[in-house]
Parts: sequence; structure tokens; C-alpha cells
Amino acid sequence: MSQRFRLPSGGHVDRSQRLGFSFDGRRYEGHAGDTLASALLANGVRLVGRSFKYHRPRGIFSAGIEEPNALVELRDGARREPNTRATVAELFDGLSATSQNHRGSLGFDWMAVNGLLAPFIGAGFYYKTFMWPAAFWERVYEPMIRKAAGLGRASGLPDPDHYEAAHAHCDVLVVGAGAAGLAAARAAGAAGARVILAEQDFLLGGDLLNEAEHDAWRSETIAALEAMPEVTVMPRTMVFGAYDQGVLGAIERVADHLPEPPPHTPRQRYWTIRATAVVLATGAHERLIAFPGNDRPGVMLAGAARTYARRYGVRAGETAALFATHDAAYDAAFALAEAGTRIAAIIDPRTDSAAMQRAREAGLAVRAGSVVNGTVGGKALRGVEIGTVGSASRGDAVPADLLMISGGWNPAVHLASMSGAALRWDDALLAFVPEEREESAWQRSAGACRGVHGFGAAAADGAAAGRAAAVAAGFDAADIPLPDAPSADHRPYALWEVKGGGKAFVDIQDDVTADDIRLAHREGFSHIEHAKRYTTHAMGTDQGKVGGLVGAAVLAEARGEPVASVGLPRFRPYTAPIAWGAMAGGEVGRHFQPVRRTALHGVHDELGAVWMDAGIWKRPAYYPKAGDTDGWASVKREARAVRERVGVCDVSTLGKIVVEGPDAATFLDRVYANTFSTLAVGRARYGLMLREDGIVFDDGTTTRLGPDRFFVTTTTAQAGPVMQHLEFHLASAWPDLDVSLASVTDQWAAMSIAGPKARDVVAAVVHGLDVSSEAFPFMAVADCKVAGVPARLFRISFSGELAYEIATPAGYATHVWQAVMEAGVPYGIEPYGVEALGLLRIEKGHVAGSEINGQTTALDLGLGRMLKKKGEFIGRVLAQRPGLTDQSRPHLVGLRSVDPARQIRAGSHLLVDGQDCGWISSATQSVVDPGWIGLGLLRDGEARIGSRIIAANPLMGEEVPVTVTSPHGYDAENLRVRT
Amino acid sequence: MLRIPCPHCGARDEVEFTYRGDATVTRPAPDAGVDAFHDYLYLRRNPRGWQVEWWQHNGGCRAFLKVLRHTVTHEVRGVATATETLEVPEA
Repeated sequence: MSQRFRLPSGGHVDRSQRLGFSFDGRRYEGHAGDTLASALLANGVRLVGRSFKYHRPRGIFSAGIEEPNALVELRDGARREPNTRATVAELFDGLSATSQNHRGSLGFDWMAVNGLLAPFIGAGFYYKTFMWPAAFWERVYEPMIRKAAGLGRASGLPDPDHYEAAHAHCDVLVVGAGAAGLAAARAAGAAGARVILAEQDFLLGGDLLNEAEHDAWRSETIAALEAMPEVTVMPRTMVFGAYDQGVLGAIERVADHLPEPPPHTPRQRYWTIRATAVVLATGAHERLIAFPGNDRPGVMLAGAARTYARRYGVRAGETAALFATHDAAYDAAFALAEAGTRIAAIIDPRTDSAAMQRAREAGLAVRAGSVVNGTVGGKALRGVEIGTVGSASRGDAVPADLLMISGGWNPAVHLASMSGAALRWDDALLAFVPEEREESAWQRSAGACRGVHGFGAAAADGAAAGRAAAVAAGFDAADIPLPDAPSADHRPYALWEVKGGGKAFVDIQDDVTADDIRLAHREGFSHIEHAKRYTTHAMGTDQGKVGGLVGAAVLAEARGEPVASVGLPRFRPYTAPIAWGAMAGGEVGRHFQPVRRTALHGVHDELGAVWMDAGIWKRPAYYPKAGDTDGWASVKREARAVRERVGVCDVSTLGKIVVEGPDAATFLDRVYANTFSTLAVGRARYGLMLREDGIVFDDGTTTRLGPDRFFVTTTTAQAGPVMQHLEFHLASAWPDLDVSLASVTDQWAAMSIAGPKARDVVAAVVHGLDVSSEAFPFMAVADCKVAGVPARLFRISFSGELAYEIATPAGYATHVWQAVMEAGVPYGIEPYGVEALGLLRIEKGHVAGSEINGQTTALDLGLGRMLKKKGEFIGRVLAQRPGLTDQSRPHLVGLRSVDPARQIRAGSHLLVDGQDCGWISSATQSVVDPGWIGLGLLRDGEARIGSRIIAANPLMGEEVPVTVTSPHGYDAENLRVRT
Repeated sequence: MLRIPCPHCGARDEVEFTYRGDATVTRPAPDAGVDAFHDYLYLRRNPRGWQVEWWQHNGGCRAFLKVLRHTVTHEVRGVATATETLEVPEA
């Protein structure tokens, strides 16, 4: 099929370059410089999609980012991208696109039956209809609605492309490279400022691209910008959001105009731009008029038809009508007439105007005082019905396959509004424009985005804004050559809607009609934000760029108020859709988050460890061995080795903080609920830390290394928060204390050697230290050498067995571990993982993160005796509140499944006589007395020891009888750790 | 996205900092009682306007800084170390 709507010359397409592409499987040809939309129009393709709700046939409506209809699936396979706007998709050779949102073919869509049901599926239909029965929502209604709704299909495959995040700094950021933006960038650049000029289009010029007679100024300005070394021009870069303090976000489409990105090139780049001053020159979006049938393929914004003719050399129709409320739109009729399209009628509600007279002089048929009150046609426009202003009766029809409409221009105020500018109603333009405010002098709007239309006026406004921005960034103002050109009159007649039979859309993409807006008002959703959510008005990918204000005007009329007081919904990023991949950037797959490995990671890997995540740490869960029937067999084997012989476990992930200074002991007394100032040098003590609200925060052992020097350990999970907690209180509450803190978690590797034979193993590797119980009792700490390298030995235990912990500078970790393993061979040493560690501590009754869960007090955990009676500490005062000292609060207990074979689970509820009285916090299988055991928090827990209750898990359909026990069932006298 | 001029490290992006709330509350004396600690922990003015607040530069020097920030415009007008005082403007 030839490009029969392509003009022989003119515009910014290169007719010598032929690009083949396909749409819905049919082959077409376009040129370099085309968008998919302009190439489709050149080939006479009018029907490009189906609407969201009613599945009405739709055509290309705009020529830019505001496109509501022409959304396609671009590319195939893993690169398929749904909901891509054909109006901004740059044509390349081999492009393949598919229409979306229809079952069956685009021409015959089964879902179009929704159009016949339209009287029943207005705004709020889903809310009202799918209410009952409630259980049907999840199983029946929602899947059905989800199947029917939505637009394009995601590929469902991993994205083969990669994306980059990048940062840029500049003195002046100019957003938009139309007349205003080009002038602003040049003025700021001439002043010497570092300038970034970002333009979403692949060509610079904006509306200048439609004005061949001004192309010399455009080319000369671009050349001047390229000659300035401090000016960076970024085409294909859409600024999508404005944030605080001159930070703006942008997407650079690096390779979207190519079949696929070249090697080592990202598809898109996500820019964070920090600018001292910002000029917004984002232009304006033309708005529709609501009239019956205003969505028919062939109805198009007037400015878009003009752009297709002038920039792309494409006639959007054979016979056109123009329905406009202001003079500036008439240029579309002149452009189409020049291109050879027959102008059937110009329909204008006004009585007379300069442009009307010019049109008459040019021989065009002008129907003053008229409106379009209907369209004729099915999948393509065939005619336009013309009535008179204020009359409900239908008038005559004129044949046309293109109806160009314009209800005025809405300044693109999105970024201005996001960055804090108030919006002001402009009575002449009938639109919101940004209020200029002194406190936002670093940021200003220029040109059409603040209502200054016309090439000459916009360029002058842009130059002034660029100069001011450069001055705001500390440069001296400079002048640039400016063009002289008259401005067309953009002030529209106030006509938002032509009422009549049939659907008059205010939001074409979401199928929201003027009647839907009125329905929302009648049903009480009269605030613009409520009406938006009730009707989905302006919630599509176009965010109401062409019809948002029209919907607001319909609502204003229903409320009997001016549009200005109805306003617009809040503008938020993103101004136009961006790809998820760009937001994710390089942080995908294994780069999604960092992995923390201990110094012994390679050792565990060689031992075949099964890994588990502890935050971002990788820790060995257990080490499977031949003969282990399952994971539990491995875990229990490891735990038995500790109970019966000796085991070794990597505990390097515990947080380690050195607290040093003359006031270190005083500080620790204040941050811990127990006392450390009485601790002797060379001794360790278990410490309990509370939050200010009296809830337990963390626990761990702290060692006194010297009079003014302590070594604090924290749990793995709370290492960071505890450090921050200590830093905060030193800075805010006790700046008078002379204390320094240093996190040394990564500097030290640590391993626990636990079991009845632990001393034999430790004695074999430690030099220069008597490790007998007399010389080195429970809670002793000393520096020593292990296997010839420096180390520190702690006699502390988490497992309930005789145990030592060897800490060594991380670089020696593997050497020390291997020495320990070798020394342990005669004693049957086994490495044990986090699962066995958990088993052992539950058996012993030690609390961990499942019990110190941010809800429990020291009293709840049976640790009330640790709270010092005298002296200040964080959490002391608020822990005394009645709610936290209530005797009926759930208390730590041990639990044992009555039937040793029946599993109990963490999270199960504890039922006493059918009443929910607590929960299981941790569960495991005992190796000392086989069967399922656990720890839990139970109301009146201590009083219930010995009684039988129910552990209920409704999710698993289980009710397991359990016996309440003391949590300290294993070696309650603590003899084993002290031997 | 704020930019906070750290007195030790220079102007840095917000992502390097952690917010810690109102810096004008002070921890009561140990014997001040439950009500005083309750107010210290839970009651905040939540002003519409200028506020001195704690920001920790944990991606830099780790210092807790006092930052004078406007809660509507997010303008940052002053930064001080923990022991310094920042005057809150009238409006």
C-alpha cells in the first residue's frame, strides 16, 4: 500500500529514506522523521484501537504525548511494550505494532457489546453492581472485570534490555525546546551558565516545526546552542516530575528509535537533574470539546491535523471540517487546504472574528454561530452534523472524513504545579496558568505553558526567563537575537460541551462522558478529586491532558459554579507514562540489593551449606551430609553434636560496637536496663536494652576490655538500629558525655565452639591462656593467640552448653576456623548452622527476635530481674506505665506437643478453654527429649505451667494439644555452661 | 528531594540522610515522671512552617544534625551540629 496521504514535499521527514513497518500484521512504509501515527495516517489507516470500557472504535486523536486513543503494543516477544502512544513512537525500519484492547479483530470486537450495555454501565457501575454476594468479589467479579478491563498485554518475559540511572547538575535546566525553551537556553547559555535543555521530542522546535517560514531562526538557534560548550541539549528526554529544591526527574529514550539497543547501550536512562534555576517551557495541550460522537475515528485535535500536514507532510483526511472556538485553530484549516484537503465547513460558535474573515476571503465555508452536535459514521467518520448555538435540534450534515476540533489550549502546568507554583484561572484563555511568585524565583514558566502564545511572543518570554534564570544562578544577563512574528489569537469562546443525544466524551481514553460527570455530582461526588475517582475521569495514561479541564467545566456547570472554583485534580509525577525498567535501572536480579557475606562464607560454601537470608546477610541454615534424610535430620544431627560432643558455628553477623571514653561506663548504664559500670575488666555480661517506651529493644553481651573501653554486641537484625540509637542519644540527650562509638562488625569474625568437649578443642588451638574453668570461668574474656594469629576468647554461651567464642580479625577467619575443625576431629566436631542454633536456644529457653518482637517488655520475657532498681536508663520511666506492668499480659512460657509426633508452629494461637490467650513465638524439635517444643507468650503463663492447652492454627486446620512448661526446661541450674 | 548542606561533608542529597523528627524536644530529667516522658516521646507540634529537625548523615559523617526546614516548601535554611542552636523564623 502506497502512502497515498503523503504530500510530495514539505515538513521534517526524509522522503529518500523508506522505512518498512507492520501494524496488525499488514506491511506499510513510512519515512525517517515519522512517528508511527504519522506513518499510519500517511497510509490511510484510521482505526487504530478500541476504547477502554465500551470498546468503541478509535482513531489517532493527537500528535503528541497527550494521545488518549492510539495506544499500541510496540515490538514483539520479550520487548513487547503495551500502551505505547503511536504519536510519540519514532518510526524505525522493521517496527512492528499491534492494536490492543479487543477480542477478535480490531474491526470486529466482541467486547463492543459493552457499547450496547452503555446505559447500564455508567460511572460507578462496578461499585454498585458487584456488591453482592460479598464472597463473589474475589472469586468471580474481580477476575471477570480484570479480564475485560485493561489495555495492552505485558510481555510476561524478562526484559532483555538494560537501563541506567544517571545524575546531572546544571545552573539552568530548560524543559522543552519550543520557541520559548530554545530562546531561554540560548539566553542562559549566552550568560555563561551551564545549561541543560531537555526536549521529549526527537526534533527540537516544538510548534516551530510547523512553521517553515521560521525554520531559519530555529536552525540558527540550534546551531548557536551547539556552539556553546556549557550547553547540553538532550533530545528524546522527557522531564516527568519536579521535586524539591530544583531536583527534576527525566527519562532519556536512548535507543527506543532503534530496533534494539546497540551493544553496551541502555535502552533508556533515568536522569536525576539538580538545577540551580529552572525554566519550564513545556508548551500547551489543545483541548477537546464534548459533543455527541466526539470520539469517532476521524475526529482529531485541530493542532494535531496541522502538525501532520506541516511537520510530517501527511493529510489526515480527504474532506475536513473544523470545529473551533478561537482564531488560532484556523491555521489548521489553512494548512489542510494548502495540502489539498477539501475544507467542507468551518464551524464556529462565535458570530465573527478576524480569522473567520480571512477564511471567507480564502474561499472556505464558515458557519458562524454554529456547533457540531453529532457525527456520522462507524469505524470511520463519514459526516458531521451541524446545529446552531443554544439549540438542541439537529441541523444539517456535511460529509467529512476528518473533523478537526479545538476548544482552546491548556498550558502544560504539570511541572510548575508539582514544584509548588499555585495555579491561577485566566479568564481570557479559559485555562489555569501558573502564578508567578517571588519565593519561587529559581523556577519560572515561559511561553505557552504560562499562556504566552505565538512564536515571537513565546521566544521573547523564553529569553527573558532564561536571562532571569541565569541571574538567579549567579550570572550576568545577556541578550540574544529574537524573531519578530505576529501571534494568533488563542482566546476561546467559552464552549465546553454541546448537549444532545449520544455520548459526549470528556475523557476519551477512560470512556467518561459528560453525563458520567453529572451523575457523579448527583450522587454526591462533587469535589473534583471525588468525581475523578468515581468516574475515572483523567485517570488514564494521558492523565486528562485533552479533556481534563472539560470534565471540570461540566462539573462546574452541574455545581452552578465557575470552573475556577472547581479546579483540577492535583498534578503528580509522572507527567506521562514511563517504563518500569527505567525506574528499576540496574537494580534488578542479583543487583536488586547487596548481599552481605561473612568472612567464612567460602568455608560454608565448601561444606555445602544450605543458605538462608538474615536481612541481607547470607548465613548457613544447616550443612547436609550423606545419610541425612531431610533438612530436619541435618539440623537435629548438628544440634545433637553440640549437646553430646562439640560443634562450631559462625556468629560473625552479630553487631559489634566499641564504646570508648571516660564516660563509657556511665553511658552504657544509661542505655542498658542493667548495670555495666560494676563490670570488671576482662569480664562479659548479658545486657538488655529497652526502647524509650519501655519495650525491649535488643540484647547481647558486653565486655569490658579496659576501664574506659567496652565491646558491645547486638543481635544480627538490630546491629544498625542499635548503633543509631546510641548515636542519637549521645548527640541529643547526653552531649556532655565523653564517649566515642565505632562499629566493628565487619572487622571481626566470630565463631562459637559449644558442647561438652568445647574446652578440649579450645585448649588445643589457644596459646598463652589457661582455659580451665578456674582460670577462665564463665563470662571471662581475654586476648590470646589462636593457631598463631591474634584472637579474643570469650566464655559465653547461647546454646546452654559449655561454650567459647573466638573472635579474630576477619582476615584470619578461615585460618582459625580450619584450626578449630582440625583440633575438633578427635572429639567429633561438627559445624552447625542457624537452624541448629535456633533449636538449641529454644530448648534452653533463650529469647531471640521472635520473642523480642517490639511488643514485649522485660517482665513479659521473664527478664524483669535485670532492670536495675537504682539509676537512670532509657525506658525505665515509661516501662512503669500500667499497661506494661499489667500482670495479665502474655508471659514467656515453654510448650511441648502432647503427642511428640504432632508438629506445632510459630504463629499458632494458644487457646485456653476456647479463649485466645497467646501465641507460639518459636517452635522446633527437641533433641534432648524428642518431640515438638516451642516458646510462646501466654496470659497468666507462669500460673498455667503444667496445664494442657490447645495450639490452634486455623490456616493449617490444626488444633494441637500442648503442655505448658517452664521456658527453662534444659539445665535450669545452668550447670553445663559453668563446668 | 532535599539537599542538605552538611557542616562536615558539604551539600549532600537527601538519600544520604535519615530523618529523626523534631529536634526541639529535649529528654526530660530522670525524675520528671511518666507524663513528661510521654510528652517527650509522643507529642509533636507538627507545625505548618519552619521546624528544626534531626537528620542523621548516616551515608556520610554519621553526625546527627539539626536542620531548619520549612514543612510546606521543604526549603532548608540552616544546618547546625547537635550542640548548636538554630533560631526558628517567625513565619
